Order: sequence, then structure tokens, then C-alpha cells
Amino acid sequence: MLEVKDLHVSYGAIKALKGISFRVEKGSIVTLIGSNGAGKTTTLKAICGLVKVKSGQITLDGDDITNKPTNEIVSRKITMVPEGRRIFPNLTVYENLLVGAYQRKDKEGIKQDMEWAFSLFPRLKERINQKGGTLSGGEQQMLAIARALMSRPDLLMLDEPSLGLAPIIVEELFMVIEKIHQEGKTILLIEQNAYAALNIADYGYVLETGQIALHGPGKQLLGNERVKQAYLGG
Amino acid sequence: MTWTLLLQHLANGVALGFVFGLVAIGYTLVYGVVKLVNFAHGDIFMMASFFVYYGIVLFSFPWWFSFVCAIFLTALLGISIEKVAYKPLRDAPRISSLCSAIGMSFLLENFATVVFGGRQKPFYQPQILSKTLDIGGVRIQLVTVVTILVSVAALLFLNYLVYRTRMGLAMRALAHDFDTARLMGINVDRTITFTFAVGSSLAAISAIFWALRYPQIWPFMGVFPGWRAFTAAIIGGIGSIKGAMTGGFLIGMISIMLVAFLPDLAGYRDAFIFMMLVLVLLFKPTGLFGEA
Repeated sequence: MLEVKDLHVSYGAIKALKGISFRVEKGSIVTLIGSNGAGKTTTLKAICGLVKVKSGQITLDGDDITNKPTNEIVSRKITMVPEGRRIFPNLTVYENLLVGAYQRKDKEGIKQDMEWAFSLFPRLKERINQKGGTLSGGEQQMLAIARALMSRPDLLMLDEPSLGLAPIIVEELFMVIEKIHQEGKTILLIEQNAYAALNIADYGYVLETGQIALHGPGKQLLGNERVKQAYLGG
Repeated sequence: MTWTLLLQHLANGVALGFVFGLVAIGYTLVYGVVKLVNFAHGDIFMMASFFVYYGIVLFSFPWWFSFVCAIFLTALLGISIEKVAYKPLRDAPRISSLCSAIGMSFLLENFATVVFGGRQKPFYQPQILSKTLDIGGVRIQLVTVVTILVSVAALLFLNYLVYRTRMGLAMRALAHDFDTARLMGINVDRTITFTFAVGSSLAAISAIFWALRYPQIWPFMGVFPGWRAFTAAIIGGIGSIKGAMTGGFLIGMISIMLVAFLPDLAGYRDAFIFMMLVLVLLFKPTGLFGEA
């Protein structure tokens, strides 16, 4: 479905990505793990057209989407849940979800998807008319994911969904991510919480200072000595 | 001072309040969405009155048609200014676009002086609008009534636009977070273009009513109304439409009531306005309705 080939991205003189390549097969969960500054977020931003790709190629079902404007990427059914949730605090929960559906005009479909989002995150329904800024961290993360789902993406990209959340909420969240996957979405997940991510992933890539250091099926990486030492606390 | 006279002044104050309020909304919308103080806004206001003038004098349009054309042309002018002077600087430090805005203001003033001439020109007064209504002894010019009615209509429309349409939702999302708005598929450029178009059209509407009330137009006519409206936007809390309107009303009322009740001090009108600004900011630095 998505294929990234020899991707290079620089911020001024700093090389953030030094030629990474990976694939996301349709219907799979793929995760990129790695420590701070390894280039995980940059990779997602490059796919979305938020940062400029210096060289390399990103293709979606064979079409080149490198450096396309973000709204075009979204219309091609790729949506990203940004790091730190970034919900709109001044808009209500309902309005946040509507922004997620910005490119759609099928009122009925939007209604259905909103119901679906509420079935995944019942707490959002209780808070439908509350301003986004009044939600707790966990609820905001739920809203951010629900908002992204409102664009009815084929590929959902999640940037550090577990960041700053209590362990019990993280657990809940990963269950929902699996559920979303079971309902047919392809998922590209970025995590520092390597254990949780590799546990649900079909395939994983380990990113180190802008390069892919290791890759393999999720369960296999969980057992890998190097991964254990560096990312799973021995 | 009789009751009827007081009501007359009140009506004038309300009408002028709407005029300032509509200009102030232009500042507040643009600031809210792109975080830029559009210092050229007062000059966009001035250009609108010249568009009307030339529509009537040069093309012999009927006055109402000239008004409508001017509103569209002013919207186009606002859009072009954004494209030329602000868009290329969107990712630059904010001080750069601020300088660009001040430069744009001078450019428009000098352009108008060279092309239209620096002397005052008479603004066309449609006969029907200069009629005076007598409502139970209160004498109100028809133009005052029309100003209020049209402004209310414009405000209702704006409210609908911002809170009930997709474009309004995009504007409110953009006001908070550009990148995330992009990630949701919002076309940022188009939304900004739209914002400038709306702000500039409102400036054109108020310029028309201003010129009907003070029927002399010249290249620097936008400077003081612009500053007062900007002050109104700050008093109300920049970024807030409700605030801009409230600030506009306060300033409109002060302007009229000062002349009515303390004519000796009328010359200090702007001093009073800025004093009010200082007072509001001392007690509420974000303005009356502003968010921190």
C-alpha cells in the first residue's frame, strides 16, 4: 500500500533522515520504534507533506505522493494523529470531529462514522458539547484518534499515542487501536513504548539516528537481544 | 438636553459604533486566523470609498451598483495584498510581516495620493438616504437607520459564516493550529484568502457608511478610523468578533457623546479613546473578551 524508498529529509544543515526505506502492507499494523530524535515524527510528517523531502520517494498504491500538499494526501485517505494530540481546545468535541471530516460532504456517512467513533470511545459522546480543552489527557488522545477517523482514512498514522498517559489508559488505547485495525484500517504506529507497539504490530522497524537499524515481524523483534537491551529495558 | 435629543445622539452613536465595529472585525478576523495585525486595513477602507467614487464619476454607475462593485473590488484588493505582501512571509518571523503590513499601508496611501490626487473629493450622497425621519419628535437621518440595518444583517451573516459553515469551522481551526488544520485536510491558503476577503468586504461596507456620514474622501481618510477600529479590536480582545463589536460601540459612543455633552473637549476625542484602551488593558490585558 505505502512504500517509502530511500527517504532523505534535512532541517537546515541537520540531516534528520538519511535514506530510510520501509513498506506498509494493506491491512497490517506496522510500527516504527526508536528513541527521541531518531526521526520517527519526521518520517510521518514527510509522508503527510508537512516537511519537505530532499530526495527519495513515497508511493501510495504505486502513485508518487512525494511532497504533495497535505490536503491532497488527506484526500488520498492517509490521516495522521499528531504527537501531543493537538486537538482544537477552542472547539467542542463535536466540532473537533467535524474538522476531521472537513473534506467530506456525505452527511449520512459522517453521521455514521461519528456513531462509530462514539462506540469506540463512549466517553467522547458524554462530552460532545464540551470544549476540547476541558478534556483530560486520555480523553484528548481519544478525541484526536476519533477526529482522524472522521476522514475515513485507509491508512491511519499515529504519532506517539501513549505519550504522557497513565499505563491503564495506554492499555485501553492499544486495545482500541487493535479494534480499529480489525475493522479494516491499515495502521502505521510510532512509539517510544516499544513493548506495547511491537506486541500488536505485524511488522516493526527500528529507527536509529535517521536510519533503519533493524526490522522484522513484531513478535520476532520483541525477542531480539538488541531491541531488548535498547528499548525494552534489558 | 431633552429626551428626544438624547435618543438622536444614541442613534448616531450606535450607527457610528457599527461602522467602527465592522472595521474592527476586519482586524480581529485576520489577526485571529493568521496572527497578523493588518496595518493596511485602514487604507483598504480608504480604497473602498475611492472605488465607489470612480464607479459613479468615471463609469456613471448608479450609486447602489457602485456600492456593490466597490465591496467586491475591495475584497479582491484584500486578497491581492495578502498574496503579495503577507503570504511569502508566512513562515518568516512575525516582525517581517508586520513591517510588510506597515509598508503596504504607506504604499496604498502614496498610490492613492499619486493616482487619485491628494485633494478631498466629494462622496456622492444619494438623495433618498439624506431624508430625515421624524419618529415621535426624534429626528434621525435615513442613512443612520440604513447603517444600523445593513450592519446588523452583515453581522448575522458573519455569525452564520463563522459558526455554521465549513469555511467558518476551518477558520476557527486555523486560528488555533496551522499544522493540525492541515493534517485534517484543510486548504490553508484558501481559508486565509477567504478570511481576507471577508474582512475587506466588511471594511468596504463601513467605508461606504463612513463616507455617507462624512462625505469627503481623500488618501489619508483611513488612517484615523483605522487606528480607532484597531483600538476597538484591542479593547474588545483581539481575535474575538464579539469583542471587536463591543469595542466599536464604545468608541462610537464616546465619539458622539463627547461632541454632544462636552463639546469643549471634543478635540481630545482620540485622547479619550486611547485612555480607555490603557484603562482596559491595565485591568484586563487580553481585552474585554480576549482569551489568554
